[in-house]
Amino acid sequence: MTVAGIDCGAKNTKTVLMRDSRIIGKASVPTGFDQEQAVERSLTGALEAAGIERAELGRIGGTGSGKNSIPGMDSNVNDINAMARAANYFFPAGRTVTDVGAEEGRAVKIDEAGAVVDFAINEKCAAGAGAFIEAMGRALEVPLEEMGPLALSSEREIPMNAQCAIFAESEVVGLIHSKTEVKDISKAIHDAMASRIVSMIRRVGVNEDVVMLGGVGRNPGFVESMRRELNLERIHIPDEPEYGAAVGAAVVAAAEAETGD
Amino acid sequence: MAEYPTEPLKCWQKAKELRNEYYRSYEQARDKGGLRWSGSAWAFDAVPVGLGRDVRCITGEPYGASCAFDKPLSSKYLKAAENYGFARDLCSYMRNYWGSIILDEYAFGGKFPKPDFSWSQHICCSHAKWYQNACELEGGDVPLYVVDVGAGACPPFESEMHPHRIDYVAGQLMDGIDWLEKVTGRQFNDELFLEAAWNDMRSTSRWAEICMLNRNTPAPLDEKSIYSLYVFGVLEKSNGDFADFYDELYEEVKDRAERGIAAVPNEKVRWMSDTQPPWGFLKIYRYMEEWGAVSVGSLYTYGLTGMWIYDAERNDLKPRPLPERRPRTREEGCRMLADWHLGKPEYQHFYHPEYKTKMMDAIAKNWNCDGIILHYNRGCEGLSTGIAENRLGLLKRGNKVMTYEGNMGDEREFDETATINRIDIFLETLGLRRPA
Repeated sequence: MTVAGIDCGAKNTKTVLMRDSRIIGKASVPTGFDQEQAVERSLTGALEAAGIERAELGRIGGTGSGKNSIPGMDSNVNDINAMARAANYFFPAGRTVTDVGAEEGRAVKIDEAGAVVDFAINEKCAAGAGAFIEAMGRALEVPLEEMGPLALSSEREIPMNAQCAIFAESEVVGLIHSKTEVKDISKAIHDAMASRIVSMIRRVGVNEDVVMLGGVGRNPGFVESMRRELNLERIHIPDEPEYGAAVGAAVVAAAEAETGD
Repeated sequence: MAEYPTEPLKCWQKAKELRNEYYRSYEQARDKGGLRWSGSAWAFDAVPVGLGRDVRCITGEPYGASCAFDKPLSSKYLKAAENYGFARDLCSYMRNYWGSIILDEYAFGGKFPKPDFSWSQHICCSHAKWYQNACELEGGDVPLYVVDVGAGACPPFESEMHPHRIDYVAGQLMDGIDWLEKVTGRQFNDELFLEAAWNDMRSTSRWAEICMLNRNTPAPLDEKSIYSLYVFGVLEKSNGDFADFYDELYEEVKDRAERGIAAVPNEKVRWMSDTQPPWGFLKIYRYMEEWGAVSVGSLYTYGLTGMWIYDAERNDLKPRPLPERRPRTREEGCRMLADWHLGKPEYQHFYHPEYKTKMMDAIAKNWNCDGIILHYNRGCEGLSTGIAENRLGLLKRGNKVMTYEGNMGDEREFDETATINRIDIFLETLGLRRPA
């Protein structure tokens, strides 16, 4: 059976099509204001990529903050379960999972079957979410995609208060005025956010095999800050980490199709 | 899955009438030649009863909670307090209460009934200033007396209830009686006081016995209902009508437990909480019940109105039995009340979060809870102290714990969508399936 996993997120809507535990198509579109339309475009894109018809879809699993806008959703998958199942799909040895999305950072402890043992979600605060780096990039007038590589080119350590995105922005402005190099500020921003996310991960417990999902996994500066903060050799990240939750939703949909739930 | 039988509480209507009568009688006390006083729900309310049966009170915390339950009303009061210049991060009960005074509006209709005096106590940093500001807002001519109860934790958290602690609190109550006579011009009646002191001990001991019945599966009471019932212990625990009501309630809940009558017929999972809920969003309790998850209580409802003894060896809580006899003299009454209330569970965690963790773990284990939900309550500095520590301690003791952020009396700090999302995740980790 072919199943779809749709992650209707705050910024992007991602669809993954899966058959026999293999990913056969995927697509991502900006969510915008019309979530249903975003779901439709994303699903259509994934079907085109897989070269199959909609009628071939056996089941749809939905997740993300806009999941209630997914028409025909068969499996309602919570965000934490989606990331747990995705981590287990990509890296079966992983026991600690972190997912930094546009509006929320999360940490999950999972068992060998990918079931959730404990979880933590950042409280209402942009400083623990992907939006933080975007906001700081705006303050620095640096495009988002350049923030990570810039940070990697710095070796300075500048402590920054990331308890609050607003105060952190004030600090960035202060650093700009004190003629601090942009690459050093960029590293400080990534270190600060990593520190916040890692403290959340420590609440659920850190395992040697840490899996990172979510679009921020594409940011090499943030990944390096996380690795240093966690004191690990490496962090497991799938090739396209932004599709993590959609993959998890597809895995749940496939499992529920088997059990007939 | 077969459902448990259920039926409404027979004394529900009486509880509503008693509560309405409480607020009405405060408002009308002066019209009947009586006196009105305001103060904390934690105050030694038995003492002013010695001034006469026509002396009626209003306690600030349940009043603030009633305001918070009505979101548009609360929003108006909070804005009034903020426009006056009070900071938004102060106790939200207090801000609702102050806003009500500033707008001269009683939440139950009419103008805010100005008290003749305030009789309170210092239990947290907010309470220390609550009535000082309230008296100023009321024109500056409301005399205020405050009892300090910062005397230390009770056994077994500390080795013994040192006599000097009782001397300290009882001495303030004795001085307070002189003060009450002076500011009201009335003569203090020891008989009335001693009867009220006994009623205080009766109602708080009985409430703990009622909570014990919720160890039963299915739980005869759910916490939504408990909120409407525990409240008498914070409105006026020394009120004889309330003590009698708790006797009646005890018999009814005991009967429900014996007959297997459930508060929530589809009970599958039992959970407990720690402190005040977001009063404007009690629907989250109903939402969880749709899943089959029933809140069977909290340290807050059990330990604020109820009087317990914590057994460290067995990790258990047992209702504190009534003293062998009633107090006979004014001094003995003050000493017995001091000793009784310094042992209140909700006082203990002001001294160390570990004490709260232990008592919560005892409830979780002995009331057979599958999970614990902690409220990072931004509206109450006092009872929120150490919640993150409690979480760690409860996890270490093998409990499943979820946290959410909110405010008991300020809806602006509660994110309903995000909280429901967390609840969904938590209930799934407890093995429940989303209801169809």
